[in-house]
Amino acid sequence: MTKKMKLSDLTEMLKDLDVEALEGVNIEGDIEFDVSGVGLDPNLSYALGYEAAQVSLHIANIAKLLGYPVDQLFGASMGAVGQEAPSAEGIAAKTGLSELASSSFEVSPVKEWTHTIEEVTLGATSSDGGSRGNTITLGGENALPYYFDAEMPHRNYVTMDVFDLPISMAKSVRTNYEDVMDDPAEWAKKVVNEYNADMVTIHLVSTDPNIEDTSAKEASKVVEDVLQAVDVPLVIGGSGNPDKDPEVLEKAAEVAEGERALLASASLNLDYERIAKAATDHGHAILSWTQLEINAQKELNRKLMTQCNVPRDSILMDPTTAALGYGLDYAYTNMERIRLAGLTGDDELTFPMSSGTTNAWGARESWMKESPIQNDSDWGPREYRGPIWEISTGLALALAGNDLFMMMHPTSVQVLKEATQSLFGTKEAEDIDISNWIGAEV
Amino acid sequence: MKINSPLQAYKYLPGDNCGICGESTCMAFASRLIERSAELTDCEPILRDDQKKNFENLQELLRPEIREVDIGVGDKAVTIGGDDVLYRHKLTFFNKTVLTYDVWDTMDENDLAERVDHIENFQKFYVGQFLNADAIAIRSVSDEPSQFSETVKKVMEKTNLPIVLCSFNPEVLRAGLEVSSDRNPLIYAANKDNWQEVADIANDYGVPVTLFAPGDLDLLKSMALTFTKMGMENLVLDPGTYPTGTQLRNTFNNFIKLRRAGINGDREIAFPLMSVPLTSWLVYEDTVNASYWETVLACTFIIKYGDIMLLHSTEPYAMLPELHMRDTIYTDPRKPVMVDPGVYEVGSPTADSPVIITTNFALTYYTVESDLASNDIDCYLAAIDTEGIGVEAAVAGGQLTASKIKKGLEESEFDLKEQTNHKTLVLPGLAARLQGDVEDETGANVVIGPADSGRIPGWMDKNWPPSTE
Ligand code: B12
Ligand code: SF4
Repeated sequence: MTKKMKLSDLTEMLKDLDVEALEGVNIEGDIEFDVSGVGLDPNLSYALGYEAAQVSLHIANIAKLLGYPVDQLFGASMGAVGQEAPSAEGIAAKTGLSELASSSFEVSPVKEWTHTIEEVTLGATSSDGGSRGNTITLGGENALPYYFDAEMPHRNYVTMDVFDLPISMAKSVRTNYEDVMDDPAEWAKKVVNEYNADMVTIHLVSTDPNIEDTSAKEASKVVEDVLQAVDVPLVIGGSGNPDKDPEVLEKAAEVAEGERALLASASLNLDYERIAKAATDHGHAILSWTQLEINAQKELNRKLMTQCNVPRDSILMDPTTAALGYGLDYAYTNMERIRLAGLTGDDELTFPMSSGTTNAWGARESWMKESPIQNDSDWGPREYRGPIWEISTGLALALAGNDLFMMMHPTSVQVLKEATQSLFGTKEAEDIDISNWIGAEV
Repeated sequence: MKINSPLQAYKYLPGDNCGICGESTCMAFASRLIERSAELTDCEPILRDDQKKNFENLQELLRPEIREVDIGVGDKAVTIGGDDVLYRHKLTFFNKTVLTYDVWDTMDENDLAERVDHIENFQKFYVGQFLNADAIAIRSVSDEPSQFSETVKKVMEKTNLPIVLCSFNPEVLRAGLEVSSDRNPLIYAANKDNWQEVADIANDYGVPVTLFAPGDLDLLKSMALTFTKMGMENLVLDPGTYPTGTQLRNTFNNFIKLRRAGINGDREIAFPLMSVPLTSWLVYEDTVNASYWETVLACTFIIKYGDIMLLHSTEPYAMLPELHMRDTIYTDPRKPVMVDPGVYEVGSPTADSPVIITTNFALTYYTVESDLASNDIDCYLAAIDTEGIGVEAAVAGGQLTASKIKKGLEESEFDLKEQTNHKTLVLPGLAARLQGDVEDETGANVVIGPADSGRIPGWMDKNWPPSTE
């Protein structure tokens, strides 16, 4: 092909011809001929038509030069039959552009996030009159978790559950604890030393009058044992019995004086004043627990602050965790709303949050051997279903702003930590080249 | 959407209050438009010629911030994108994340058939319906056009699910499209090297196309702008899903940035986003670890703005949480899901069959109903009107009481004395504390079932028929 043609030639020709808008021969979009003037003299039309055809030919030649199968196209549009779609060979940029449009991506940080979530420190070392090996600080965020808008000052932490008596639990959880279930101190050691727990939660469930009705005094001995056994910060939980818990937590707070534990929990349906007083008298923090209701959470926080004089740096919230498939939609959105309200200045909600992620083990998908529903596909082995149920429940809440996770299964703890720390930015990993992932032999 | 109050939409409506749209007034219809629960085309009068301007203006104002892209054809076709908010409680998220599981062109024929079958038929019952996977991605591992198109054909013979054709080689993509373009597949992907050729292909066949610019949002935006200029609007953006470490952190933020910019009005990148958790298989070799990590990535990007995702693990312990997470995030937070109150028959109950009390919260009702039905238990199942609250919360909140139960039976004209021999009601274990009240109020014999309805079959073996004194 010898005939060469420049774009400027074309433009010249078009000018003479009164043909407008031959745009984008090699820059943009479709080629359009716009012949101005409607009621044209037939002779002129003919002349124009002739010239237009000439131009088309030239353009077609250019297209050919560029490798586009013009003949097929002409054939097709002139009514030739049996034409196939363009074949794989000889295709090039008929869509026109030879270079990418230049553009740079910009997005601004969120202006409305003007407030900082409180920092709450748990545990006390010897320099602060305690005996913990380290302290843990939660909160301090100025943005949603892991967002580029503002540095997240503290990573997420995991506190693992220890009970003061062998409780019933899903099989795949139980197998990890069979050797220590009769001894809370050993149990605590195991979760810290083997399962990498950042903290330990000792649940004094035996104090429930409907279980063993252990006295507050006796239960507090278990707290002492656990404090001896491990040197991580502690969460101290009652049995959940609203009549007994205040007394149990008072006594426990006393024996743990100076250790800056977290007392779990104050709620609206028990004597939260007593628990708040126990916390302030003995220097502990308090968990403010409500059930999936943002206004109830505000009310309880307000009462703790104004009525009970709990300092702001000693309040953590548990807005309730419902498992994946069993209300996680409520739990996720409740937490997200609470965190957004805090960041935008609702100072009744600017506190770090804690999740009873262990609730995921209540979902039948995590513990039932197989689906009770006959048309369900096979659920597969429950040993793998359980931990991932706990992980995905926790992970969703991590993204909603949750800071501290109360968990049970060692695998869940390990994976959730890995995930949250990767997002947080402290997990180094080898860089992966994904540019050719399609061809991977997996 | 550019407007947020019914008044702003009302201005453009005909004002006839004719009711053709199904609402009694134009204002009511305007509210539905703002909630995105009605289509503007439901208003016939506004489609008249003289209303054209209003129609067009309003249509433009109502258009979702993130563009919608259709993939596939027929009743399995899916739409992705279409969101208007960054947080689900601000409205709801639209067009749930399309979960796409992969096959590849080096698979042996039987394995391929089996895998397609598994992907298409995997199902999990939840709240009255089954959760399922949505689409199949076909990866070219061979890099051979003919081998790819053969595989595409085989997949199409087996299933009508939407497909995603994956290759960076334009010839391979073209070969795949030649056999499948009438299924409106999504092609994956144009990148910085092949974009011109892939643009041609997408244009020739008029199919949606994915733009892939791993870790480079400037490039991604340039590509989106270029494709838009070339007249293509059915674009899906893949900013790259790096599976681990700080690369993952950056990936996460790229999704946040893209969606925030899109919702805030940057039309140039306001397209649906694709995530590829499958990359976790580039890191982990054993199935359990890779599946776990893939599920972690999937959950993360279901929550944070992935509109379609490509996945590899078809283990139930990966698919179950993925399907549930997708459902969780895309459930409309504005309405509690409930069933109509009433006494329903499960199987073919007789006068000896139990009468089971439960609530009209859809999750509760369907869980109980399917536990009973799939274990062949014939019974009457009474869904008491608890305003869509589950058993435990309704007992705590006072929506499930003895008088509510009495009223529920009366209103559906269920006469315990006439219709049963045993005159017994079975209460959920979690409503045990209502036993005395229900006995007093209804005069029925009341027994307490297990806490979880999945255990009713075993419980029946021991406790049914009831001992009536
Ligand atoms: C989601 C949830 C909510 C949602 C409710 C959504 C809804 N539409 O129901 C919201 C946020 C609205 C909510 C509010 C409240 N909640 Co709430 N909520 C939950 C949560 C997290 C999950 C409940 C759930 O949906 N379970 C799944 C469904 C399917 O279970 P189900 O209905 O019980 O059905 C099962 C069984 O009962 C049984 N079953 C059902 N029918 C039958 C019939 C027979 C014959 C048998 C044998 C068995 C059976 O089988 C079913 C399947 O397993 C639980 C905590 C948890 N358990 O994880 C707390 C929980 C139920 N809530 C609780 C409370 C206190 C409340 C509030 C009062 C809190 C407040 N201060 O506002 C309010 C009350 C609201 C109201 N009633 O108006 C408490 C109840 C405590 C108690 N035992 O008294 C719980 C247990 C949390 C806690 N640990 O304190 N809640
Ligand atoms: S159909 Fe249109 S004009 Fe008629 S009531 Fe509905 S919104 Fe108004």
